[in-house]
Amino acid sequence: MSFLLVQALSGLATAATLFLVSSGLTIVFGVTRIVNFAHGSFYMVGAYAGWSLIERFGGTPAGFWGSVTAAALAMGVLGAAMEIGLLRRLYRSPELFQLLGTFGVVLVVQDLTAWAWGPEDLLGRRAPGLKGSIDILDQPFPLYDLVLIGLGPLVLGLLWLLFNRTRWGTLVRAATQDREMASALGVDPARLFTGVLFLGCALAGLGGALQVPREAVTLQMDMAIVVEAFVVVVVGGMGSLAGAFLASLLIGQLQAFGILVFPQITLVLVFLFMAVVLVLRPHGLLGRAEEVPPTAPATVTVPLSTGGHTGSWALALLALLAAVPLVAGDYALILLTEVVILALFAASLHLLIGLGGLVSFGHAAWFGLGAYGSALLVKHMGAPMPLALAGAPVLAGLGALVAGWFCVRRSGLYFAMLTLAFAQIAWSIAFQWYAVTGGDNGILGVWPSSWAAGKAAYYWLTLALCGGTLWLLRRAAFAPFGYALRAGRDSGLRAESVGIDVRRFQWMAFVLAGSAAGLAGGLYAFAKGSVFPTLLAVPQSVDALVMVLMGGIQTVAGPLAGAVVFHLLKSEVMSLTDWWRLVLGLIIVALVLVFPRGIVGFLSGLRSSFVRRRA
Amino acid sequence: MSEPLLTIDGLQAWYGRAHILDGIALTVGRGEVVALMGRNGAGKTTTLKAIMGLVERRAATLRFDGRDLSALPAHRIARLGVGYVPEDRRIFADLTVEENLEVGRQPPRPGAPAWTPEKLFALFPNLAEMRGRRGTRMSGGEQQMLTLARTLMGNPSLLLLDEPSEGLAPLIVRQMAEAVRRLKAEGLSVLLSEQSLSFASAVADRACVIETGRPRWTGTMTGLMADDGVRAAYLAV
Ligand SMILES: Nc1ncnc2c1ncn2[C@@H]1O[C@H](COP(=O)(O)OP(=O)(O)OP(=O)(O)O)[C@@H](O)[C@H]1O
Ligand SMILES: [Mg+2]
Repeated sequence: MSFLLVQALSGLATAATLFLVSSGLTIVFGVTRIVNFAHGSFYMVGAYAGWSLIERFGGTPAGFWGSVTAAALAMGVLGAAMEIGLLRRLYRSPELFQLLGTFGVVLVVQDLTAWAWGPEDLLGRRAPGLKGSIDILDQPFPLYDLVLIGLGPLVLGLLWLLFNRTRWGTLVRAATQDREMASALGVDPARLFTGVLFLGCALAGLGGALQVPREAVTLQMDMAIVVEAFVVVVVGGMGSLAGAFLASLLIGQLQAFGILVFPQITLVLVFLFMAVVLVLRPHGLLGRAEEVPPTAPATVTVPLSTGGHTGSWALALLALLAAVPLVAGDYALILLTEVVILALFAASLHLLIGLGGLVSFGHAAWFGLGAYGSALLVKHMGAPMPLALAGAPVLAGLGALVAGWFCVRRSGLYFAMLTLAFAQIAWSIAFQWYAVTGGDNGILGVWPSSWAAGKAAYYWLTLALCGGTLWLLRRAAFAPFGYALRAGRDSGLRAESVGIDVRRFQWMAFVLAGSAAGLAGGLYAFAKGSVFPTLLAVPQSVDALVMVLMGGIQTVAGPLAGAVVFHLLKSEVMSLTDWWRLVLGLIIVALVLVFPRGIVGFLSGLRSSFVRRRA
Repeated sequence: MSEPLLTIDGLQAWYGRAHILDGIALTVGRGEVVALMGRNGAGKTTTLKAIMGLVERRAATLRFDGRDLSALPAHRIARLGVGYVPEDRRIFADLTVEENLEVGRQPPRPGAPAWTPEKLFALFPNLAEMRGRRGTRMSGGEQQMLTLARTLMGNPSLLLLDEPSEGLAPLIVRQMAEAVRRLKAEGLSVLLSEQSLSFASAVADRACVIETGRPRWTGTMTGLMADDGVRAAYLAV
């Protein structure tokens, strides 16, 4: 009994931190309509900055709390700087660009933090005056956690007062509803939004700095917390402070007790909880329908053209690619094999985004599921390569079938969050189910059959399978299936009214894209000889998005061009530096701000303006 | 004669690629009420929005109180003393009446009447009874009063009123006309867009008639009432 009470209390302490971070995220979303992926980065840097300050000044209670406050304020300033430098330019962009742009910041901050504080985990000192524990029904409970538990409701109350009892709060609420009208009344929305980012990021920094006495400060904190905060915000209802509070409490308890019952899969529990809540209450526990605006279309709806000679061009390209082994060495072939695999991966995501308007933030789930499927078949069943390769799209397709049923129920940001949640489920299974997946060590020794062991042979195999699948995907795009998808993307209601079951087609597309990504994953596993949980992690999903975006969303050829450029950049340029995250992050931000139409879009834009000038 | 409070010349405005306004020109003198008239889609709303800096793209000579407005964003224009009352009301529905007024509040301005919530509640007694009520639970007429009151909280010297009588019951229309006359008496200048001749003739000194984004006729309100030809060409439905 007393043990359960202490467990519940520690759940409350977790909930308090979760609420501090999520409240900032939900406030920023409520006002700017941007889901800020970099929110966790402010938490992490807040913890690092807090650690440094506490090491130096944290010997006395005043010094400790002063350090925590200073770290929070510093994060607020950084958040305001990000609003001015980046977010301001993204308010009118499709959410894909907003998510990607802020993810670019995540990467940049990761490298800058590693540069400033080093790669080692840091252990901070305990809070002076709160080092001990008190007995609750004869069970010891840390005093510091008790303070945290009190802090949650305190911050909620203060935020409520700020938004409901001050002029600034009133202006923010007004600008949230109607920015243009507020500005016509003399309110400068830009300054208001900068202030909101200050507040939101300061809350994240506060959450981070408060962790210093409780747990090690690490470079992984950012992604861990931001994904949990996403769940809290989505479960609570996007933009709702009280909802975030309630959801934090529930998820804190879920984690505290989940770890007793299913210690291996606590993360899975959290994401399943989110999926269930979203199906039962589409706008979250306390969210309101109108809180989420009609989402900006993810794509500029340019009709795809079949292009007169595309078929012959594709065949010529294929022949050219097939001839490469006659001249190229092993290294080039390995590289090219990977490019071809990634092209299929990107093209499968493009099917969802370009045709369906469905921005998936967890496409790596299917790539990774295919890779793990092949690897497990080889490792645990001794399956030969052809069978293991055939298993990859099947397993990924089945996974996508289940996840897709949930995901296509929602569109826009919620779809992105749901796909992210399912990818995180897959990732946490690969990461936590040590006995089967080997956890962090992955699965090694996944080599091709002897007939395909040569670099050229495996390259040809890859080319044939990927080429064939790409051809199928392209056929699907111009078949009635593809037209139905596009009709659903451009006007869901109109498509429904002429009898197209949009959701069903989206579900089919989800499964098709998942299977294709799964095949790519299986091929990747044999190309590399090993699989690791990173194949299912968020950065892998983002890689796919970047490839699609680099190539340009509007064209079918875009993802292919994107895969080539991105992979060469990643393996040839970024491998030259230890700071590849910094480079990649900056590339993503530049892409989002400067070349939103991608390489192919940029080139065809150049061409058409050239043609116009000559005409 | 001193410079008019507001001078517009050669006003052009676009929505995307659509060229909506082409050469609108008008002036509003101090303490004057000018009616901007024209049929549905003539460009009245767009003219007021363009003055306020609320269209994506515009070009014009725009002078207000000796200042050039043509490069300023909306909030700067508002802070110079231009009050804008949109036709679709756009009250902040989640905010209470008092909070809506608070959003509009700006420091008093020399040369313009200074408003407080109490003075506005005296002008619009209906609003006084619902200070704590949220915008979602107000009638159309009450919302129109609130929109006007909210803009007055900025202590403007020029009011841009977009179709104040549209969709209101006759009794409310009379209250609205009375309010405009009171504001003029307080020294405010008003540019209002109207389709209703009776409302315009009840409050305006001069009129400016536009059609498909171009100026067609300018003169005194009495002159417009006397000119059957102009009314038939540009105003009759
Ligand atoms: N957001 C917009 N995008 C494109 N065109 C617009 C937009 N708003 C208005 N228009 C067009 O601009 C023209 C002028 O519209 P405006 O609203 O200024 O007319 P109005 O005189 O105020 O009409 P009403 O009496 O109906 O209010 C119309 O042809 C209208 O279709
Ligand atoms: Mg109008």
